[in-house]
Amino acid sequence: MTSPKTMFEKVWDRHVVVPETADTPAVLFIDLHLTHEVTSPQAFQLLRERGLKVRRPDLTLATMDHSTPTRTSQVFGGEPITIASAANQVRQLEKNCAEFGIELLGLQDQRRGIVHIIGPELGLTQPGKTIVCGDSHTSTHGAFGALAFGIGSTEVGHVLATQCLLQRRPKTLAIEIANRLAPGVTAKDLILAIIGKIGVAGGTGHVIEYRGAAIRAMDMEARMTVCNMSIEAGARAGMIAPDETTFGYLSGKPRAPQGAAWDAALADWRALPTDAGARFDMNVDIDAATLEPMITYGTNPGMVVPISAAIPSRAGDPVFDKALAYMGLTAGEPIKGQPVNVVFLGSCTNGRISDLRAAAEVLRGHKVAKGVHLLIVPGSQQVRREAEQEGLDRIFIDAGADWRESGCSMCLGMNGDTVPKGEYSVSTSNRNFEGRQGVGARTLLASPLTAAASAIRGRVTDPRDVLEG
Amino acid sequence: MTPIKKIHSRTVVMPSSNIDTDQIIPGRFLTTTTKQGLGKQLFADWRYDASGQPKPDFVLNQPAAQGCEVLVAGRNIGCGSSREHAPWALLDYGFRAVVSTEIADIFRSNSLKNGLLPVIVDETTHQWLLANPGAQVTVDLESCTLALPTGVAVRFPIDAFSRYCLMNGVDELGYLQSQESAIAAYERARA
Ligand code: SF4
Repeated sequence: MTSPKTMFEKVWDRHVVVPETADTPAVLFIDLHLTHEVTSPQAFQLLRERGLKVRRPDLTLATMDHSTPTRTSQVFGGEPITIASAANQVRQLEKNCAEFGIELLGLQDQRRGIVHIIGPELGLTQPGKTIVCGDSHTSTHGAFGALAFGIGSTEVGHVLATQCLLQRRPKTLAIEIANRLAPGVTAKDLILAIIGKIGVAGGTGHVIEYRGAAIRAMDMEARMTVCNMSIEAGARAGMIAPDETTFGYLSGKPRAPQGAAWDAALADWRALPTDAGARFDMNVDIDAATLEPMITYGTNPGMVVPISAAIPSRAGDPVFDKALAYMGLTAGEPIKGQPVNVVFLGSCTNGRISDLRAAAEVLRGHKVAKGVHLLIVPGSQQVRREAEQEGLDRIFIDAGADWRESGCSMCLGMNGDTVPKGEYSVSTSNRNFEGRQGVGARTLLASPLTAAASAIRGRVTDPRDVLEG
Repeated sequence: MTPIKKIHSRTVVMPSSNIDTDQIIPGRFLTTTTKQGLGKQLFADWRYDASGQPKPDFVLNQPAAQGCEVLVAGRNIGCGSSREHAPWALLDYGFRAVVSTEIADIFRSNSLKNGLLPVIVDETTHQWLLANPGAQVTVDLESCTLALPTGVAVRFPIDAFSRYCLMNGVDELGYLQSQESAIAAYERARA
């Protein structure tokens, strides 16, 4: 009998081309390489310098999302992209993909979107795969039981050239989430609570497996939200065991296996979950039933509180004080009721259709508070189309929101969609670092429900107050 | 890549914990398509005011910081975005080693691939370094030690393969390419 294995170990073991030794890391085979305009130009340049080809264009897919415009006139209307260097980056990716024979879902492609949204949508993200991208939120794809992690541009070059990476085997961390989330409390609140508990470096060197009743009860989009922010706890990857929910999501997706191949894949995928008795290097337990909507108050995602709590204080910690000074917030004051200038609904964390539906539920029949800019950016063109088919765009526009084409947008403000200096933004994205959403921007990370409720009231609002009221 | 054996330099100290890669190089500078010239934008939002003038109170703008090759940072430096622009910017500015008690995974990996040495030290050594900015230290990759001017030398962990690559100025791609027959065999077995 072989000893029980974790899901991570199973996926890892299957992809070892050359085992690791004391002197050399393992050579790990990569099943799917996603790439985008920001972290790839230097990698293609490396290939050019060494006269190399892309080894497996069939396992490589490119799209553009970070520096792309979200205004329809610039995406489809022929109006020039505002930022010249961003326009250049977009053109560079087109050129590189043409030169190296890589499939590109370009600016006007119906299937374009944030790289971590389109992989699952297309059915390319599958259980048991190794998936990489020059982007730290590649952890998102782990929601399917894939081993998915972000890499740097040099490694993008390695994968392009050899379809492999040199890796040391990480450790494993099991996070067991018992019971169910209460109404009004979402996957985003759960992952923020986890980061608050284990800290922004709590997962360093580890691959997380999220387990337990709360996870099993989640749909795939909620699971993706959880895995997405694994990196915010320092873990490169987060995984969730595939189950009927996973298979139901993938079935019929354009690039998922079909027919006999589907049956074979299913049999294989069912063997992936962690064996009973397998050991993790570290274990953490959380009770989902005790959680409230969560919101950040500081300059990293670990600086987070339940929405009804006061902003904490940490005597004698100058870094903490500096963060509060940047945020213009005071220890001891409630976070609820804090005035808000901008609300951003989107990103690879919360830019999927279920996120837009949740926000629409709150916004329906309401108006955005005076002076608040509500920017809604779907995670992909497919999400945008679905929202329009369901009439969500009408709800948003009637409420006074700004409804855009897909992309990363205000998650990192590379394309010019930024939060003005000093203003407060309730954002469904994943990073509240200083300046992340624009120079001097003050970001409060929260769920789509909290974001929508805060947009209506113009203040940080517990969505349960709106939903019940 | 130039081989690294020894770095002998004064330190610059940035005691903040969790210095993320968005601080090291803000997102709006990532529209570049090359690795060069990012040193100017290193720590841009901490270093320059709104009109682009250096902020006198920021450590890199002080005379003592000029020419320093070793950055001592609070714990968990390099967290957040995987942008390799962070080590590119640090190297282009002139840093050759980053010292902390904890260095975030992707940033550490990216640093190793570009010849920026990530040096992880114990709490006591870290406290000493934080309390003594400008200290003359020696990072020796041969012996994997960081020597303080007090005469104390501490060992730091580094992956054997990365160390070999850094000391010999070779990059990992060559090694990966040399595994071609194993990769091809793996592909055949799975097809
Ligand atoms: S939405 Fe934000 S976090 Fe996600 S890939 Fe884009 S920039 Fe990165």
